[in-house]
Amino acid sequence: MAKEKPDLVYGTLDMLILKALQDDPRHGLGIADRIHQMSKDILHVEQGSLYPALYRLEAQGLIKAEWGVSDNNRKARYYKLTAAGRKQLAAEQQHWSHITKGIDLVLSGA
Amino acid sequence: MPRVRAWFYRLLGLFRKKQRDTEMAEEFRQHVDLLTERNIAAGMSAKEARNAALREFGGVEQIKETAREQRVWRWADEFFQDVRFGARMLVRTPGFSILAILCLTLGIGTNAAVLSWIEGILIRPYPLVQHQDRMFALVGKTRGVQEHNGLSFPDFVDFEKNSTLFESFIVDQITGTTLSVGDRGEVATLGIVTANYFDALGVRPILGRGFRPEEGTGRNAHPVVVVSYRTWRDRYNSDPQIIGKTQMLNGVQHTIIGVAPEKFHGTFVGYSFAFWVPVSMQETFDSTGYKLEDRGARWAEAYAFLKPGVSRRQAQAELNSIAQRLEHDYPDTNRGRGVELFPLWRTPFNQAGNMSPTLAISMAVVFLVLLIACANVSNLLLARSLLRRHEMTMRLALGAGRRRLVKQLLTEGLLLSLIAAAGGIAVAYWCRNALVLSFPTPAAGIVIDFPGQIDWRVLAVSAAICIGSTLLFAVVPAIHASHVDLSNALKTEAGGVLSGSSRSRLRSALVLVQISLSFVLLAGTVLLLQSLNKIRNASPGFNTDVIACNVDLGSAGYKLDRGKIFTTELFDRVRTLPGAQSVTLARVVPFGYAVFSSAPIEVEGYQPPPNEQPTVSYYEVGEDYFATLGIAIVSGREFLRSDDENAPAVAIINETMAAKYWPAKNALGQRVKVKDKWMQIVGIAKNANYRTKIETPMPFFYVPLRQNFISVRNNLLIRTRETPGAIMQSLAREIHALDAALAPGVPYRLQGQL
Repeated sequence: MAKEKPDLVYGTLDMLILKALQDDPRHGLGIADRIHQMSKDILHVEQGSLYPALYRLEAQGLIKAEWGVSDNNRKARYYKLTAAGRKQLAAEQQHWSHITKGIDLVLSGA
Repeated sequence: MPRVRAWFYRLLGLFRKKQRDTEMAEEFRQHVDLLTERNIAAGMSAKEARNAALREFGGVEQIKETAREQRVWRWADEFFQDVRFGARMLVRTPGFSILAILCLTLGIGTNAAVLSWIEGILIRPYPLVQHQDRMFALVGKTRGVQEHNGLSFPDFVDFEKNSTLFESFIVDQITGTTLSVGDRGEVATLGIVTANYFDALGVRPILGRGFRPEEGTGRNAHPVVVVSYRTWRDRYNSDPQIIGKTQMLNGVQHTIIGVAPEKFHGTFVGYSFAFWVPVSMQETFDSTGYKLEDRGARWAEAYAFLKPGVSRRQAQAELNSIAQRLEHDYPDTNRGRGVELFPLWRTPFNQAGNMSPTLAISMAVVFLVLLIACANVSNLLLARSLLRRHEMTMRLALGAGRRRLVKQLLTEGLLLSLIAAAGGIAVAYWCRNALVLSFPTPAAGIVIDFPGQIDWRVLAVSAAICIGSTLLFAVVPAIHASHVDLSNALKTEAGGVLSGSSRSRLRSALVLVQISLSFVLLAGTVLLLQSLNKIRNASPGFNTDVIACNVDLGSAGYKLDRGKIFTTELFDRVRTLPGAQSVTLARVVPFGYAVFSSAPIEVEGYQPPPNEQPTVSYYEVGEDYFATLGIAIVSGREFLRSDDENAPAVAIINETMAAKYWPAKNALGQRVKVKDKWMQIVGIAKNANYRTKIETPMPFFYVPLRQNFISVRNNLLIRTRETPGAIMQSLAREIHALDAALAPGVPYRLQGQL
C-alpha cells in the first residue's frame, strides 16, 4: 500500500474514488480532479496512490475499466461503478457518517 | 463474493501480465499527456509543460510496481520464483536430488500402484460399465447359514418384476464353453446373461448389436452370441464382416450378432470373458439341465442397479419383503430363502472377496514404505541444510523473512515429491497389470484378468499423498533450517549456526522413527507373505497334481445313452495306460467354473426348523474318486464299480454335512432324499474345498456317476507322474480308437486352477 498524504484520512481513498464515480464514468485524471473539486480544493489525490487504488478496486470488481475517448478526443481508460461498487459505496458512506458522528460527539463532549 | 472475484482477477493477471503492463503504460502516458495539455493551456512552453506534468505524476516505474502488487497474485509470483530457484538448487546437487526422488518414487509409486489395483479390482472393477457406484451383487442366502449361493431364475424374475427402487437387474453366470476348432476342443470363458445385459451396463457393441428382449426367452430358442473384442481380434482376425457368421459353441451353431468394445471384459472379477449368450441358452451351456423354470435350482449370479438416491438399506428392505412373499407363495422351494445385496468389492461369487484382504494388507505395507521414504528424505534434507546454512544466514541478513525461507524450502520439497509422484504414477501405470502374473492361466483360451486402473480418483489420492508426504518430510527440516541465530552466525562463519545439540537430537529422533517404522514394516511384510503363503500352500483338501481332461461329447452330438457307453469304455482304457496310477471321472472339476448340482434335501430323522429348507450342493463322481484325489474317507467306504444303475442308490457325505444333520449319531447307513430318490450314506469323507481356497466349510455330498449320469460332459481325472503334454498323446490314441472323429481337450493340472 502506498502511503497516503496526511490530508487524506488513511483508508478513505477507495470510498472517495467510488463517490467520484457515482454519477459518470471518469478517467484517472478526471477522478483526481473530481475529488479535488468536490472537496472545494481541500483534498488532493496523488497519482502515486490513485492508480494502485484503481487497480485494487478493479480487481475487487467494484469498478470496471474501459477504453474510451476523452472530451478533447484522446484515448483514455474510463472507470465506472459496478453494481457491487454502488452497494459498497452506500455501505461505506453509512459507516463513515456513523463513525464521524461518534467522533464529533467525543470531540465536542463536555 | 468480491474476494473470489479479486482472486480470479489476480489469477488472470498472472497470465495476462504482458498485456496488462502495456495497458498500464498506455494509461499513464495518456494521463501525462492530459496534464501536459493542461499546463500548455495555462501558458507554459511545450517542454516546460511536459516536465511539470512528469514531475506531478511522480515516478512512473514506482507507481507501476505498486499497482502491480495490487493486481498480481503476489504469492503466486513468489511461488514461481521459488520453483525456479528450487529447480536450480536441485540441479546443483544431483546426487542428493536423485536419491531423494528415488526414495519418494518408491514410496509414492507403490502407493499409487496398490491404489490402482484397489480401484481396478474392487471399487470400479468393470471398465466401460456405467454407474458402478449404484451396482450391487445380488446373492441368494439361506436363513441361519453363512455361505451364499445363486438365485433361481423364477425368483430373479419376481424380484425384477415386483421391485420399485431398482433401475435394472442382470444375470451374469460365468461358465466355460467348448469351441470346435478342427480336431481339438478348445475352451473359453462364457457368460450366460439376461437379454438386458448390455443395455443395463451401458455398453454398446462396436459392431452389430446387443441382445433383444425376446432373445432372453424360449428354451434354447435363440442361439446368438456377442463376442469380446479380444476374441474378435484373435480368433476372427478382426473380420469386419463378422456379424451374421456362425460359431460352434457346446455343439450348437451360434450366430454372431455383436462385438463388444475393446475395454469391456465382462462383469466378473478375475476372468476376462470371450463370449456372451442370452439366458434362454442356459441349458446348452449348463450340463445339469434346464433351470429357467425351476425355482429350486439356485444357480444364477446376478447384479442389481439401484435408482439414484436409493440406499442399500432401503433396497435391501424392499427385496426382503419380496422374498417373504415368495416364501409364503412357494414354501416348498423358498422356505428360509432370502437375498442379500453386496457392494462390488465384497462380491462373494467372484475373486473380489478373495482379493480384498490381500489388497488391504498391501495398502498398509506400502503406506509404511512411504513413511520410511519420508523419514529418509527428511534426514537427507536435514543433512543438506547444514551445507546451506551460509545461504540461509545470508538471505536472513539481507532481510528475507523467516516465513519466506520456510516457503522456499517447502517449495523445494514439493518439487521433489512432484517429480517423484510423476515417476510413481508411471511406475503404477507400468505395473497395473502385474497382479495377473501371480495367477497362472488355468487352460489355454482362459484369460485371467486383474487390471489396475488409473483414473482421476487414483490421481487425486496420489496427489494428496504427494502433498501429505511433502509436509511430512519437509516441514521439520525447513523450520529448523530457517532458525538461524543471525548475530552468532555472522560473528563466526565457522561457528555453529544452529545449536548443534538440537540438530543432533532431531536427527536421532528421525532415525528412531525410521527404525521403528522399519520394524513395523518388516512385521507387516512377514504377515502379508505368510498369509499369501498360507493361501498358496493351504491344502484345498485334495491332491492338486491330478491331471484333468475332458472330451466334448456334447459338441460331437452324443446323447446320454451313447455318451455313457463311450465314457465307460474310455475310462476302462485310460485305467490301463502305463503311466496312470489312479483314474476317476467327475462331472465337475473342483475349482473349475462349471456348476455343482444343488438340490433341496430331506434327511431321515432330521426335522428342519419351520423356516428352513435344507439345500445342499453335490456332484457326480466315478469310482476311486476319493483315492485319486487323495480325499480321506473317515468312515465307511469309497464308491465302487458296483455302485451302478442296478445297485441301490448311495451317497458319500462330507464331515460338515454329517455334523449338521446327524449331530448326535453316526450318519453312516442313514438315508437322505434328493430329487425324490432315497440314497443310503455309505461313507463320510474329509472336508475339501470346492470353489475357492478360502471358503468356509460347507455341507457337501457326492453321488456315483454311474447312478446319476446326467450329462455327456464329464472329466477324466488322472493321477500320474507324466506331464499333461505326454498324457495328451496316449489319451488321443485311446479316444481315436473309440471314435475317430473325437479329440481330447487340452489336459491341465488341477493346481493351475488355484
